[in-house]
Amino acid sequence: MPRKEHIRKVILIGSGPIQIGQAAEFDFSGSQACKALREEGVEVVLVNSNPATIQTDPEMADVIYVEPLRAGIIAKIIEKEKPDGILSGMGGQTGLNMTAELAEMGALEDVEILGTPLEAIYRGEDREQFKNLMEFIGEPVPRSMILRDMGQLDEAYRIVGLPAIIRPAYTLGGSGGGIAHSREELKRIVEVGLTRSRIHQVLIEESVIGWKEIEFEVMRDAADTCITVCGMENVDAMGIHTGESVVVAPILTLRDEEFQLLRTAALKIIRALGVQGGCNIQFAYQDGEYRVIEVNPRVSRSSALASKATGYPIARVAAKIAIGLRLDEIMNTVTGCTPASFEPSVDYVVVKVPRWPFDKFKTADRTLTTAMKSTGEVMAIGRTVEEAFKKALRSLDTDVTHHTDKNEIRMILSAPTDERFGCLFDAIRVGFTVEEVASLTYIDPFFLTKVKHIVDLEKQLGTRYSPDLIPVAKRYGFSNAELVKITGRPWEEIEALAGEPTYKMVDTCAAEFPATTPYFYSTWETECEVTRKEKPKVLILGSGPIRIGQGIEFDYCTVHAVKALRELGVEVHIVNNNPETVSTDFDTSDRLFFEPMQLEDVVNILKKDRYDGVMVQFGGQNSINLAVPLEKELQRLRMPTKILGTSPDAMDIAEDRDRFSVFLDRLEIPSPPNSSAYSEGEAKAIAARIGYPVLVRPSYVLGGRAMEIVHDEAELQTYITEAVRVSRKHPVLIDQFLQNAIEIDVDAACDGEEVLIGGIMEHIEEAGVHSGDSACVIPPQSLSREIIARLEDYTRRIALGLGVVGLVNIQYAIKDGVVFVLEANPRASRTVPFVSKATGIPLAKVAAKVMMGMKIRDLGVAARPIHHVAVKEVLLPFNKLPGVDTVLGPEMKSTGEVMGIDYDFGRAYYKACIAADNEIPTEGKVFISLSGDQRGEIAPVARKLVSLGLELVGTSGTVEFLNGEGMEAQMVRKVQEGSPNVIDMIRRGEVSLIINTPKDKQSRQDHYQIMRTAVDYGIPYITTIQAARAAAQAIDAIRKEKVTLEPLGHYIGG
Amino acid sequence: MKAVLGLEDGTSVEGEGFGAEGSCAGELVFCTSMTGYMEALTDPSYHGQILMFTYPLVGNYGVDHHVFQSTGMKALGCVVREVCREPSCGLPITRYFEDQGLIGISGVDTRRLTIRIREHGTMRAVVMCGDASAEEAVERARKVPDISDLDLIPDVSCPEPFRIPGKGKRIAVLDLGIKNAMLKSLNARGTDLYVFPHHATRDQVETVEPQAIFVSNGPGDPVRATDTIRTVREFLGEIPVFGICFGNQIIGLAVGGKTYKMKFGHRGSNQPVRDAAGNIYITTQNHGFAVDGDSLPEGCKVSYTNVNDGSLEGFEDPYLNAACVQFHPEAYAGPRDTEMTFFDEIVRRIP
Repeated sequence: MPRKEHIRKVILIGSGPIQIGQAAEFDFSGSQACKALREEGVEVVLVNSNPATIQTDPEMADVIYVEPLRAGIIAKIIEKEKPDGILSGMGGQTGLNMTAELAEMGALEDVEILGTPLEAIYRGEDREQFKNLMEFIGEPVPRSMILRDMGQLDEAYRIVGLPAIIRPAYTLGGSGGGIAHSREELKRIVEVGLTRSRIHQVLIEESVIGWKEIEFEVMRDAADTCITVCGMENVDAMGIHTGESVVVAPILTLRDEEFQLLRTAALKIIRALGVQGGCNIQFAYQDGEYRVIEVNPRVSRSSALASKATGYPIARVAAKIAIGLRLDEIMNTVTGCTPASFEPSVDYVVVKVPRWPFDKFKTADRTLTTAMKSTGEVMAIGRTVEEAFKKALRSLDTDVTHHTDKNEIRMILSAPTDERFGCLFDAIRVGFTVEEVASLTYIDPFFLTKVKHIVDLEKQLGTRYSPDLIPVAKRYGFSNAELVKITGRPWEEIEALAGEPTYKMVDTCAAEFPATTPYFYSTWETECEVTRKEKPKVLILGSGPIRIGQGIEFDYCTVHAVKALRELGVEVHIVNNNPETVSTDFDTSDRLFFEPMQLEDVVNILKKDRYDGVMVQFGGQNSINLAVPLEKELQRLRMPTKILGTSPDAMDIAEDRDRFSVFLDRLEIPSPPNSSAYSEGEAKAIAARIGYPVLVRPSYVLGGRAMEIVHDEAELQTYITEAVRVSRKHPVLIDQFLQNAIEIDVDAACDGEEVLIGGIMEHIEEAGVHSGDSACVIPPQSLSREIIARLEDYTRRIALGLGVVGLVNIQYAIKDGVVFVLEANPRASRTVPFVSKATGIPLAKVAAKVMMGMKIRDLGVAARPIHHVAVKEVLLPFNKLPGVDTVLGPEMKSTGEVMGIDYDFGRAYYKACIAADNEIPTEGKVFISLSGDQRGEIAPVARKLVSLGLELVGTSGTVEFLNGEGMEAQMVRKVQEGSPNVIDMIRRGEVSLIINTPKDKQSRQDHYQIMRTAVDYGIPYITTIQAARAAAQAIDAIRKEKVTLEPLGHYIGG
Repeated sequence: MKAVLGLEDGTSVEGEGFGAEGSCAGELVFCTSMTGYMEALTDPSYHGQILMFTYPLVGNYGVDHHVFQSTGMKALGCVVREVCREPSCGLPITRYFEDQGLIGISGVDTRRLTIRIREHGTMRAVVMCGDASAEEAVERARKVPDISDLDLIPDVSCPEPFRIPGKGKRIAVLDLGIKNAMLKSLNARGTDLYVFPHHATRDQVETVEPQAIFVSNGPGDPVRATDTIRTVREFLGEIPVFGICFGNQIIGLAVGGKTYKMKFGHRGSNQPVRDAAGNIYITTQNHGFAVDGDSLPEGCKVSYTNVNDGSLEGFEDPYLNAACVQFHPEAYAGPRDTEMTFFDEIVRRIP
């Protein structure tokens, strides 16, 4: 079947900001789709609100709109661009929802829906339609009932019974769902679920908790050819969302008969749905019986995992199918000699382990359920289960708490939290049997036997060490560092006994055909498939799993560095372990290593070939932390490989607060008084000297982990005892906290001689809110020319003074006309993609090129004045994490970001807020709640809102104050004053916007309940005065003038 | 237990033996199926061969006797990366090997050997367990006769005729080492099956007044199946003739076509085939010989081709009412995409 010739222009909808349940996998799939379509000569129009994506790069699509993903906005873009087709399956749930809404509003009359037809989407997503279809084709589904209102609760209880699983229709990552064990739980979860569901529908179904959870990734083309790309088995049985489960591929514990039973069912289902493209099908399986659990008629996180696990590019193939190509007409780019109409066979074990954000959310409910809470994941490949398990654990890069208390272990095993996977090992270590653990967890003994094998090896190494155990341990995935620790033998001895790993290829076909993919994993075998080549080459360290503080931005920078080097004709290799990303797409680099990124893993790669350099600047804090040890190791091994760009010593100056203070003093650049404390007493003395409030944090932080503003000595005491361990090795940093200062971020590149300032960003929230959580704007809106000149001057002097070669990000605070330097990070920052999208300066590429020795003046890029305004707003995960504090502070909490771009601040901010799902209302009631000392600041904002026609609501104190200022306001009871109160008002949907700015710990407690309700009911809310002021400006702007809808190129040229 | 694998090209690999002490000698082939190891090991078509699984973990779910494709293991030996000694259910495969006196070697870099076979073609090999020496294994491997020189069929064909009764059409099955799944798929459609040894003559077969002939899978080089080829030729044009795998090659030879030895064959359950209408199916395959499509006489139509390498995967002769496929519609192991199409078609084609 030839491709559809009438499809010349296609609009592709991205997935928007990174959030829990929707991460980088959609940038990966969307980017693959863009490439696949353009290869076929199709013009691509891309809409996505997330600037930190590769797909929104000028070279990825023909026309790019960085606009909020709202049906109304996309409809206007369609009107303007007149595409022939729309590709919706690449943007996750957001993409599908948008397409459905666009079709409902009639915006797709002249636009063909490519790939999976709308009916298939409805059939797959709408619980009732899906159930009916499954019953029609004779596929078993769990007993269930659909609920549309609370009145049906008793009936559901009768039909389905308990325990029951609740799943809202049309939500991301199963958000709002849960497992109910009691009637009370049932009521509570259903209530929330109904609110979250876009169509107010929840499904209550028979619990198949404890059954095996099996997934298939299936492809189908328009000619009805169907193949399964990959079968995956969840190590965690049914009851835990697959996104929250440890998953292995291929399926390891099903007999062929059982496997084929499910495979046959999967093909039957994809045919019945009429999917054209990729589809994920989930089954519960137990003792010859199965239930169809869920179908995702689109690419998904699982399909990204399946792509990386097998080498089969699902999104690429799905995009080609969408424009009419058949599977056997699409080449398998991995082998380059066989078509896509086959089923991959692999010869290794893949393990995926999720990464959870609970290190950031101490108060969050860490229980794993049917709703997603993880932000990212790692994937590891090995030739044995043990090896893959060990490599995955090493890739996770988290602090592991070892449990030794049997009762505690039993609790974690039976009521799983993020700690469960590690706890399986602890359980065996303290003497639980495989059978005991299996009965507590429902995990198949097969996997637990592997865990036991690892623990047995550990014990053997510890108690009965002999040198010939080392090669055995290596084959089961132990790292040298671990072996040194367990055996107590010297590093050199272990290193000599261990030798070097071999690298095997991921080739989709278990070596049946020669493959051309440069995609490798390490294992301890006899033959290495990586061949040494004398051509100059560079290894770039990726950023690992997506977590709060280290998101897709770093993958963006990694990919840009690769592209820049390829432009220079340098061979580039990547090491990374995140299966969701563009950087781990096998054709992004010249060679991909899917590996943990601890020192020895990186060094092992470097030993296998002639590497001229390593780039550590782009992967975020983790890869930066490797700079110094890596340099030492390279020297020890006398390897010629250099760490490119800024020297590890310069990085250390920037990271080490004491060295950095000395450095700034020498440059005569002011910074807030600060010092490092190596003991508790020292900390108290320093804080007293500097004066409260102070900002405290451990050294070497990632995303402001465990950073806090401390108001007095009592709080400092609590912080030191609860949050950190202070020691000689791990000092606590204490900075004076500048209250009500304006915070500024500057991103720049430096070649050692010249500095290119990419962008100066003014934060909308005050200093004290983590820069990663603050909205910010380019160009600065409130700074004088003189201040800007000073920022530029300081940036130049710091960059040159440190000897930066590559990227640098500097944070400033401006108070009373004084510019203070808060910190300098000589590496890629979270804001690099935003700056590049807002200004058109490809900062990461410039940095990569100067790291290769080029000069900025030779690159033909320069800062230039811009005439538009770009606002970055963040997306917070509170709606996914029940129980967490919603207040912003120095700990980073956001998962992703969006950009709003327009010709004035008001409209750009308005767009950014919509894109971040915090829709600023232009009418209705605004609930205002403030602590006393902020009231003066809010008066002008409130007045503006009133003048724009919004009504004010508040509790007694606020209303009194507003009345005094001459404004009318409706009074409502406080929470503790009984019903009906503000919570009831929110629940009834009578409030359109909440402005709630808690200042101290006490008021936080008071407002916690209001904010939690706002989050649960999806009411827009604002938590800082500055944001309230910006919102008023936005409403004003939007009343006066419509938002501009132009492609990105229109603003930045090119 | 120490074990060693020696190849005719001089390669030797040390590993850990499982099963019995002793040795085996034959052609080393690789199979890319990720499940169904017992189905493969008991498939009589692997007779004369040492079976190496590309999937590194074998034995995860133990030994499930009900999926055996014959009375027991038919491959001469088994080569794996890791064998599972503690499966989550069933009898451990290591125990089965011990009980039955079978030869297995684990701890082998199977990917390395697979690449070697892919590049050099199938190789003769010896596995020694227990008293093992690398030089000796290689030495002996070089002396292993070529598979085309071996009479393998008599070992796996039934010694005496037998019947699997059914109420439907009467089919004479020529057994060259038939897989149980084939008999099951045929019998599931009500057919009355009379199974004959490979050397059955036309007269012997005619005693049951068959309405069709079915030629099974089997081991080795099809040109050695002279008796079967003759019998098939005698029935061609008189009653419908069907075949699978080895049967496909025998019918190909019976109509006057030629077969050839492939470099390393097709063994796995992910092989795509395309039918004449362009539809694509994923199939299980296990063959080292194939029918040369160009050698088939006029009147024969190629019904299936391999999507990867274009080789012949099935043909039919509408005039003679013969139809056969190179792949395994009966599955076990592998996908069942073609089970219905192929076996229903057999029943439909018998007048």
